[in-house]
Amino acid sequence: MALPAKDAPVLLRLDGITKRFGALTANDGVYLDLRQGEILALLGENGAGKTTLMNILFGHYVADEGSVLVSRDGGELAQLEPGSPHAALDAGIGMVHQHFTLAENLSVLDNILLGTEKLSALKSARAPARRKLADLMTRSGLTVGLDMRVSQLSVGEKQRVEILKALYRNARVLVLDEPTAVLTPQESDTLFAILKKLAAAGLGIVFISHKLAEVMAASHRIAVLRGGAKVADLPTSQCDQRQLAELMVGHEVSETVRGAGAPGDTLFVLTGVSAGESRESIRDVNLELRSGEILGIAGVSGNGQTMLARVISGLETPVAGSMRLGDRALTHANARTMIDAGLARIPEDRHRDGIVGAMTVSENLAIEAIRKPESQRFGLLRFAAMRDKAKAMIDAYDIRCQGEDSPARLLSGGNIQKIVLARTLEGEPKVVLAAQPSRGLDVGATSEVYRRLLDARARGAGVLLISEDLDELMRLSDRIAVIHRGHLSAAEPTETLDRGTLGLRMAGHTMEAAE
Amino acid sequence: MSDILEIFMSASFWAAAIRIATPLIFGVIGALICERAGVLNLGIEGIFTAGAMAGWMAVWLGAGLWGGVLVAALTGGFFGLIHAVLTVPLGLSQHVSGIGVTLFATSLSYFIYRTALPDVASPPRIEAFQPLDIPVLSDLPFLGPALFQQTPLTFLALFLVAATAYVLYRTPLGLAIQAVGDNPAAVESQGLSVYGLRIGAIVAGSAIMALGGAFLTMSAFDAFFFGMVNGRGWICIALTVFASWRPGKALLGALLFGAFDAFQVRLQTEVGSFIPGQMFLMMPYILSIAALIVVARRTDYPRALLVPYFKGQR
Repeated sequence: MALPAKDAPVLLRLDGITKRFGALTANDGVYLDLRQGEILALLGENGAGKTTLMNILFGHYVADEGSVLVSRDGGELAQLEPGSPHAALDAGIGMVHQHFTLAENLSVLDNILLGTEKLSALKSARAPARRKLADLMTRSGLTVGLDMRVSQLSVGEKQRVEILKALYRNARVLVLDEPTAVLTPQESDTLFAILKKLAAAGLGIVFISHKLAEVMAASHRIAVLRGGAKVADLPTSQCDQRQLAELMVGHEVSETVRGAGAPGDTLFVLTGVSAGESRESIRDVNLELRSGEILGIAGVSGNGQTMLARVISGLETPVAGSMRLGDRALTHANARTMIDAGLARIPEDRHRDGIVGAMTVSENLAIEAIRKPESQRFGLLRFAAMRDKAKAMIDAYDIRCQGEDSPARLLSGGNIQKIVLARTLEGEPKVVLAAQPSRGLDVGATSEVYRRLLDARARGAGVLLISEDLDELMRLSDRIAVIHRGHLSAAEPTETLDRGTLGLRMAGHTMEAAE
Repeated sequence: MSDILEIFMSASFWAAAIRIATPLIFGVIGALICERAGVLNLGIEGIFTAGAMAGWMAVWLGAGLWGGVLVAALTGGFFGLIHAVLTVPLGLSQHVSGIGVTLFATSLSYFIYRTALPDVASPPRIEAFQPLDIPVLSDLPFLGPALFQQTPLTFLALFLVAATAYVLYRTPLGLAIQAVGDNPAAVESQGLSVYGLRIGAIVAGSAIMALGGAFLTMSAFDAFFFGMVNGRGWICIALTVFASWRPGKALLGALLFGAFDAFQVRLQTEVGSFIPGQMFLMMPYILSIAALIVVARRTDYPRALLVPYFKGQR
């Protein structure tokens, strides 16, 4: 990638930023420069302080020590007023949050206009804004329908609106917080192409990530944060993935390797299953899962994976076809019967479907075993027993929390996933349904998830791994099937497949067309 | 049957429908402004009462009719500010705060009225607003008596519908209010004040609600009685949902309710006495519930309605 000139002016400087929340030091004397035309990747695990740092930059938080310096319109670096998003916007800093800050009831145009005009103005000046945006869109390649309501847009389009919002305000520094967390691989590629174009046009860009591959592919320079402090700041050309992973985690990272499997008998069978009416439906799905294997289901999100997982979980009744686990027919089973039959579910949206945020860690750990004698007697819950069990599980699964009585919603995504793993795998299930199990997790938590899934496989369970991440699928699965527009291809051994073929099939090319 | 048709053909029926709808138009526009900004204002019933009492008393004390209207609006704004402080920066339950404001405003109004006029047998009267006589328009056949022989407050209500629609859809302020009711984080990240917008909207909305009360004592009647608001505030909360938070539909809903009410009064005299009168009184409410069931299932609520916003918390 073309590097920006060495002497390109510094647009932004974080000078010794320290931020504490109580006893926790979220940022510890962080120093960072951003030059014009540069794409800087801010790499770090969840909880390393990346988002806090960017929130200070944007004025959502005030730093305890240190300051933010910005060059306005190419001039000298000057201190930015702390704690004021307004000042950050005025100084030309545009931020694209991980959770989009768009009003869904307004049009794209109105969202972009929001806050750019005096509130006392008697009329929104939509026509000139339209002209300026048309120009911006042709130059940047970010095209969106300006009159669409934001609620009608796809996730990728919403992100484009966020970037356009910043450009419309003449941002010279663009900060993106985990921009690819919600994107499909194709959308990510498009995004990075656009970012490169914007950098070449003279913007300074910071993107936050914990995905090594994309950081390597899309940045000029990489700064690594760990435990709130900057531990490395290197040109991307001098980095490799292994070294970055170690910098990020702080110790050596062992590659997860799938040993040779010993698949046994057929365990779980779907025959001609159809469900759902809408776009997210599945049609005539056949699937055979054997014990002791991991069967990967690859596909771009929105192609029926969610419905497939719902059917298998017992949350959706198929309109046609049958489902069998061992010798039990379970076509019309509900969620409770599926669990009793030996299914473990790791849901796609762990915050929504994996935990009850307001309940404690120990209650969340016991929630699927609530009717068993270990958690209740004569219909009354045995809280002491539940707590003891929870303590053991917190140790065994390394769940980092303030104790078994803290509310589950306070935990990070990785630790919430560990709760789900502990709860579902503890009962030694026959079938494990893992939907996007590593989405949004950092390196450490991801390798923990992988290890647990491989353990389940070694124990003789059948694992159904639904994922969009091809690396993950190739690494873990014994066989891979592809889902596209609700149709599931026949599963093939991973050894006979390569990324290119899978990518084409995920995009809808049939086997014949691919050959 | 022809009798019933005749009801709809009479200009006096439509004049009555608009007259009954006027306080509801004020109320529903006020409630709509608050809810568009993301705050439910159940103080409305009490704010109606306070507006009715304060406006009337100002006139009775010699402030003049428009002076009374101003006093009513300020009173409404005051109670709105109480609700706003409790629900926006403090983030308390909007239901509890709203009902509290209703109880407080109602009791305080009755208390002040009773204290000022301890031993009157019949309520004192004021010189109320009179119907305007607009040249040409008022003299039109049918339309003239139906539409153009209303008091100034009715025209003010209609003007406020148009003004609210314009502000909401055409100005930067309106966009910001719509956005703060949908996703306050969007507003904050654009450098605008979530609290400022919400508090402003509640105060303005409450001032408009109070005008609905003022209409009762200064236009529909010429005196203040206990219990005169009689649930009109609650009807406005329902009408807001019926209107999907749109000013035009809010006007339509209020007129529809006014028409139901005017119709039931006339139907009572037409059909005679073999059906108890209470059945007719129920009719507008039952029809409103039916209309809500049909319409409200499809509405999209402001997504941040009832959700308090705290800075720096995601």
